[in-house]
Amino acid sequence: MKEEKQTAIYLEHVTKSFGEKHVLRDVSLPIQEGEAVCLLGRSGMGKSVTLKLMIALLKPDKGHVWIGNRDISRLEREELSRVRRKIGFLFQSAALFDSLNLHDNLALPLRRMTDKSKAQIEEIVHNVLGEVGLAGDAQTMPVDLSGGMKKRAGLARALVLEPEILLVDEPSSGLDAITASEIDELLLRRKMRQNTTMVIVTHDPQGARRTGDRFAVLDQGRLIAFGTPPELERHPSEVVRNLMAER
Amino acid sequence: MKRFFESVGRFARFAGTVILDVFRPPIEWEQLWRQIGQVGSRSFPLCAAAGLACGVVMTLHSRTTLVRFGAGSMVPMVQSLGFFIEIGPLLTALLAAGRVGAGIGAVLSNMRATEQIDAVEALSIDSFKYLVVPRVLACVLVLPLLTIFTDFSGLLGGYFSEFAAAHISGPLYIERAFSGLTWENFIPPTLKTSVFGFIIGTVSAFFGYTTNEGAEGVGRAATNSVVLSSLLVIVADIILVRCIFIVFPETAL
Repeated sequence: MKEEKQTAIYLEHVTKSFGEKHVLRDVSLPIQEGEAVCLLGRSGMGKSVTLKLMIALLKPDKGHVWIGNRDISRLEREELSRVRRKIGFLFQSAALFDSLNLHDNLALPLRRMTDKSKAQIEEIVHNVLGEVGLAGDAQTMPVDLSGGMKKRAGLARALVLEPEILLVDEPSSGLDAITASEIDELLLRRKMRQNTTMVIVTHDPQGARRTGDRFAVLDQGRLIAFGTPPELERHPSEVVRNLMAER
Repeated sequence: MKRFFESVGRFARFAGTVILDVFRPPIEWEQLWRQIGQVGSRSFPLCAAAGLACGVVMTLHSRTTLVRFGAGSMVPMVQSLGFFIEIGPLLTALLAAGRVGAGIGAVLSNMRATEQIDAVEALSIDSFKYLVVPRVLACVLVLPLLTIFTDFSGLLGGYFSEFAAAHISGPLYIERAFSGLTWENFIPPTLKTSVFGFIIGTVSAFFGYTTNEGAEGVGRAATNSVVLSSLLVIVADIILVRCIFIVFPETAL
């Protein structure tokens, strides 16, 4: 069961395999409300899978995934929908809907999930696009956006329902250092202002140091380290120390 | 063999879920209208052009034979019976399988590859109801309408051909074309295309929605959608024609 009342997300002895490939083995990871946890590790170590388990896009083979006091891996669709409304997800590719312009990409969840009027939706979309610096691109189609703009648009869509939890998959992948730090700034600002719980999968230890309170390191499907950056710099595992030393 | 039966089972379950979800509220009206527009606009020019061309060719062929037996005046009737009973429905379904089926397979598999389907789910939207059901329903509703367009395009093509060969007048052609046609020759064959629409929509959505092979899977999903839905349409046609003969025995030519 949950360790503490303030635990926002708790992976409890989670195991996940795809065929013969064991991606996660008995991983337990408690994340407190309002904290930002960065998931680090080499490619193919199960970081994105962990993130998808947290929003029940994947189900664990064994173990439980708690969001608050609900085990989302065992919820029916209706209940799962209610829990997912509290969670925003920024996909690695941003995953904007190709057939909708930026405005409609953001308006869709508001139209579907809330009772807000058209005017209120317009205002929220305008404000969130302004927050990520895309206020002038509301009518632009995703295909016409650059990589950095797509990422910011994806973040805007993840934030539009004011989620209590934000899951972020590789916010800096494929971006230059300046754009990546802009994304980190946006995440940091949201965390400061709304006390949003964040789980950020990243390959960028520098960015992780800016946004993360604690780091979790996955290797060979196991959680080999979990702690603050100074704790991990002194960790006995060479893999962990090397990851923390990367620039 | 085991994998084949597993695939058949997965497809049957997928098709069953489509049928159940059609009646499960809420109905995605906005998506449904959008898909009806897309299916219709994608296929309409193709059906009109193909119907016209087939109408001309069919008249050219049938005229030679019928004139030889002194039945040249029956060309319009043969044309209309041929088109309304079989050529129109089957031609429309095969064209739609190529045009719409490939489109549905490619779009959904691309959405899967680029995590857009996951994004729909992450936004608490039932991706199956939002993406699959409206597409299948649009095919079911639009195929009969497209069939009517193809039928009349075929008749128009036949008229052009007859006019060139025998200078037949428009009113006389229409009178002769509809002289042997009954509602039983028109309604059941036209409505059977709803079944073809269900097959095309479901098969294409199945390949698109369930693919998990990244960008490579997009092309494969489109190809598989066209091949299997075309094949199943032809098989279903045999069964449906037999069913129509049982219910309306007088329609058997």
